[in-house]
Amino acid sequence: MSSIKKSVSKLFLATVGMFLFGFALVPIYDVFCEITGLNGKVTGPTFSEYEDIGNREIKITFTTTNNNGMPWFFDSDRSQMKVKTGEQNLMSYVFTNTTDKPMIAQAIPSVSPGKGAQYFHKTECFCFEQQYLEPGESISIPLKFVIDPDLPADISSLALGYTLFDITKDQMTKQASN
Amino acid sequence: MSAVIEGHQDDHHHGPAKGITRWLYTTNHKDIGSLYLWFSFIMLFIGGAMAMVIRAELFEPGSQIVSPEFYNQMVTNHGLIMVFGVIMPAFVGLANWLIPMQIGAPDMALPRLNNLSFWILPAAFGVLLATFFMEGGAPNFGWTFYAPLSTEYAPPTVTYFIFAVHIMGASSIMGSINVITTILNMRAPGMTLMKMPLFVWSWLITAYLLIAVMPVLAGAVTMMLMDIHFGTSFFKAGGGGDPVLFQHIFWFFGHPEVYIMILPAFGIVSHIIETFSRKPIFGYDSMVYAIASIALLSFVVWAHHMFTVGMPIAGELFFMYSTMLIAIPTGVKVFNWLSTMFKGSLTFETPMLFAIAFVALFTIGGLSGLMLAIAPADFQYHDTYFVVAHFHYVLVPGALFSIIAAVYYWLPKWTGYMYDEFMGKTHFWLSFVSVNLTFFPMHFVGLAGMPRRIPDYAMQFADYNMIVSVGAFLFGLSQLLFLYVVLKAIFYGKKATGQVWEGAQGLEWTLDSPPAYHTFETPPNLEAGEAKG
Repeated sequence: MSSIKKSVSKLFLATVGMFLFGFALVPIYDVFCEITGLNGKVTGPTFSEYEDIGNREIKITFTTTNNNGMPWFFDSDRSQMKVKTGEQNLMSYVFTNTTDKPMIAQAIPSVSPGKGAQYFHKTECFCFEQQYLEPGESISIPLKFVIDPDLPADISSLALGYTLFDITKDQMTKQASN
Repeated sequence: MSAVIEGHQDDHHHGPAKGITRWLYTTNHKDIGSLYLWFSFIMLFIGGAMAMVIRAELFEPGSQIVSPEFYNQMVTNHGLIMVFGVIMPAFVGLANWLIPMQIGAPDMALPRLNNLSFWILPAAFGVLLATFFMEGGAPNFGWTFYAPLSTEYAPPTVTYFIFAVHIMGASSIMGSINVITTILNMRAPGMTLMKMPLFVWSWLITAYLLIAVMPVLAGAVTMMLMDIHFGTSFFKAGGGGDPVLFQHIFWFFGHPEVYIMILPAFGIVSHIIETFSRKPIFGYDSMVYAIASIALLSFVVWAHHMFTVGMPIAGELFFMYSTMLIAIPTGVKVFNWLSTMFKGSLTFETPMLFAIAFVALFTIGGLSGLMLAIAPADFQYHDTYFVVAHFHYVLVPGALFSIIAAVYYWLPKWTGYMYDEFMGKTHFWLSFVSVNLTFFPMHFVGLAGMPRRIPDYAMQFADYNMIVSVGAFLFGLSQLLFLYVVLKAIFYGKKATGQVWEGAQGLEWTLDSPPAYHTFETPPNLEAGEAKG
């Protein structure tokens, strides 16, 4: 009967292993996205400087979206600009808490087309940072970016979209549980 | 069912206990097989009733009978019940009844675990169905429960749903461990792997698939639970997570899952076709390799369910080609079945009719699957009734017909009584006509652009939807006839012989009908070469 015990313990281990594999898919997916630019995921601030400036001109479009039910005013100071690859660019976004309650928000970036995402380097940004604003408070946050000269030749325009999420409730529950 | 086995106890073995405790405490594979099959039968009528509500609402355009919210709950629970409560338990029930008898084993390897696997299932579905009576109503986010619909926008009962899915998963995993352990360790001496009956082969591979993917599903619902209650952000874009990740994890489970629901059907149909063709199955080895290749390929095709989420072109191409590749082993199986029938001495008893209908109609579902596999075309078909037509063709005249065929084929063996052949054939023809009436026009409205999961639709789809609804009502009624045929066989059927079918091969046919409560206490002698079934 020990052969049965052996089978059962092997299969039980396989089950536990596959359960863990399910969770391992989360970091695997993130790495995979970073390599392929799947979903236009971009990384946080990176330091990049290039010497060869001005070979190609790229059109950049900026979009801002409020997630469902997010009442803040959220916009960029321009909707489009033409930039040269390798050149440092500066622009800014305005956040205004239009409600009468203090709120916490977070803007999530996405670049399209997806395969251009890894060539869009932000040297200074508010990505992955939480914004706390008092009622009626407004701030302007700069965004510095540079387009990698290695950007594939078939891409002549990129779009950077930010979606603003209300994370007040999540942060409150997190603090309460701490 | 207690009437079935009464009076067939061996002198030197204790028979089944009396009363309800027999079923509660049983560790007998035949009892547990019957429990699974009856459970599945009951769930078929519950899930079927939900389908009737859906079709009644869609009989005419406009809001007719139920609110859109309740409609969504019907669609969701119809899917969940049919997948996890009907098809899967029915196959596990067949595995319990047949695997020990087909490999010459006295019982399953882990009889107590077997009891537990079954009895947690009614608990899981009790929890799921109880959500209908709770505040916020039952789950309403579709059987695929995509985040954030199932997390941020879900009714509060989603937590009960998660708990129910965990229990169903545990039940499937325990059942699979049992099946694999039984097949690997308890075959009669002389039955090598490549001499096993094809149903046993198909279940061995299915069980491995279950062990590989059910834990991933458990992981996915655990992540949902943590997102909802513990402030994590696996699928919350606002916290740095990604809703698309949910779809990847879900379909990594979901695609092997759809093969879990069809591979045992391949085994069943192989047995029935060879019996009524009076020829051994054509290409036994290639049948085994085909099942194995389908199972392996099922792990690398999942993203064809989500071509429209925005994938790099290389990804679209990879998943498109790998999906099309599956047509090759599937085609091998279809042609093997046809070759088995070719020049055979065919007779058309009810199980054979259902098996032939399976081959024809499952192939229709397979071909519409090939159409959906073409990534650019899928951008149009995605989330239309064409998809609904496709997966109902592979699941209803596919998986469900194979289960019905199996019940007709082995019912005389299980109960000792023949069913009424005329009533069986009537049931077949009613089902065959109505199933096509129900699902074939769905192709047309789907190609014309009717979206799935909606309680109302544009006027131009009205005629076809009325035909579909009439077909669905007829199909639903036909299954009541099935219940009648089964009950009539059990209570008033003619005695069946041990062999039952003239051309049947395999160890289970060497036993009495019904078999003794304990069979193959000593392993059978395989010298006669009758093992390959």
